[in-house]
Amino acid sequence: MNNIIKGITTTLKGLSITFRHLFASHKKRELLPASDNNYFKQLEGTNTIQYPHQKLPIPEVGRYQLDVEMDDCIVCDLCAKVCPVNCIDIESIKATEAIGQTSDGTTKRLYAAKFDIDMAKCMYCGLCTIVCPTECIVMTNQYDKSVFQLSDLTYQFSDMSPEMAAEKRAEFDLQQAERQAAKLAALQKKEEGA
Amino acid sequence: MNFYLTYFIIAIGLFGFSALFALFGVYAERKVSAFIQDRLGPTETGKYGSLQTFADILKMLQKELITPAAADKLLFMLAPAIIFIAVYMGFAALPWGPGLVPANLNLGLYYVFAIISIETLGILMAGWGSNNKYSILGAMRSAAQIISYEIPAGFAIISVVMIAQTLNLQQISAQQGILSTETIKFSGFWDVTSTGGFFAWNVFRAPHLLIAFVIYFIASLAESNRAPFDIPEAESELVAGFHTEYTGLRFALVFLAEYSMMFLVSMVGVILFLGAWNTPLPNVGPVHLATWTTGAGWGILWIVMKTLALVAVQMWIRWTLPRFRVDQLMTLCWKVLTPLAFACMLISGIWRLWLM
Repeated sequence: MNNIIKGITTTLKGLSITFRHLFASHKKRELLPASDNNYFKQLEGTNTIQYPHQKLPIPEVGRYQLDVEMDDCIVCDLCAKVCPVNCIDIESIKATEAIGQTSDGTTKRLYAAKFDIDMAKCMYCGLCTIVCPTECIVMTNQYDKSVFQLSDLTYQFSDMSPEMAAEKRAEFDLQQAERQAAKLAALQKKEEGA
Repeated sequence: MNFYLTYFIIAIGLFGFSALFALFGVYAERKVSAFIQDRLGPTETGKYGSLQTFADILKMLQKELITPAAADKLLFMLAPAIIFIAVYMGFAALPWGPGLVPANLNLGLYYVFAIISIETLGILMAGWGSNNKYSILGAMRSAAQIISYEIPAGFAIISVVMIAQTLNLQQISAQQGILSTETIKFSGFWDVTSTGGFFAWNVFRAPHLLIAFVIYFIASLAESNRAPFDIPEAESELVAGFHTEYTGLRFALVFLAEYSMMFLVSMVGVILFLGAWNTPLPNVGPVHLATWTTGAGWGILWIVMKTLALVAVQMWIRWTLPRFRVDQLMTLCWKVLTPLAFACMLISGIWRLWLM
């Protein structure tokens, strides 16, 4: 008998709770950043965030994906070396002379023929952003990066066309060959003089 | 010829109604469940997602009908049809308003209960035919549950029939309002034949019928395999129970049957206990609310509203209570509901002999 009464009262209690929720749902969720004091106290109304139409405010310093400021990159390859999952792939070409300066005054001496980051592999450890001497590789607060093709997750930052890369390579080879020739000539002279 | 034409029109109309109701029911179920769980439910297709179930049925129509290689093909293919037709045939005897009933049978109630029992056969065929242990377990659970719960439901119904003294659903309906040809007494002492309204409903005609109504309602939840009695479908253990292997239109038919069954059992409950197509508004003094709101059109409105309210309660219960374990299910049925239903039937007999 006690059981029956308990069963009925608890059932009614449960039904009343769901009934209250059924009619409390006209109130939509306020979009507050997670840092807001009220964030975890929003107990009334619906919890759904209608994603493409509504977005949760995120902090400016959010670290959601990598971005490279190519003009500031000196192609030192440190980020690729430190990356624990090898998601950064860099191919460099030596320039024949200094090709410019980064915004913090470092001289650039290498062309980046390829600077690919495979965001599908990235584990967001942020090591690359720490080792970067010119702070050209950073994490941005862009979190929506879904794509239809897996290959679209490989971000290509290098702005060099393959022809340009081939030209620069040839220039460097030519310079090397000239230097080699000059060196050989100097050596020959020395031997002759001796 | 015209004679048969009306039959066809009625049959197609009932099918159209049950299909439309299933679509509306699925949408309502999703919205109710969403609101109870503080979600939004479908929102994208149509205003407030109202076209979502139409989109779903269009998708389902395009899907391939897969028959498992090891299935018993005949049983597998026939089962959804039998499940649906059993429920659909039940609609034939249900009255919609004064003078509005597809088939006015003397044994209407008996017929409805007999024909919807065939659903169990369809479920067993589906479970056995699928040749899949989840399906057969679901089907066995379903059969055990439906057959068990038919007993308290049956006795709750018999206690109404003993008061009403007829199995004709149209007569049972007529007895619960101002169109009654016999005197109706509220709780056995107050003559409400000309007052009508909710005072004349069967649940108030004798106080024990309120208990009979609750028993019937619980049993009807179990018969339509609704939570908290949904162990036949138990998604967490049995994938989807007896309809695990069904795809596309066949799955849609099983689903259609479930929602039609919800409507059917609610409508039977409304007819037997809640005044059928009679208005809930009583005649009070010079204000003849009951007389003004009685008629064929009003009848349809009232019975649909009452039935939908009961369906809403079914959904509300589904999203509140957790699923019963199989032994709890049987305990509730055999040790609580069946004795109570027997007691109700006994009181009905005494009531009929001494108080009416």
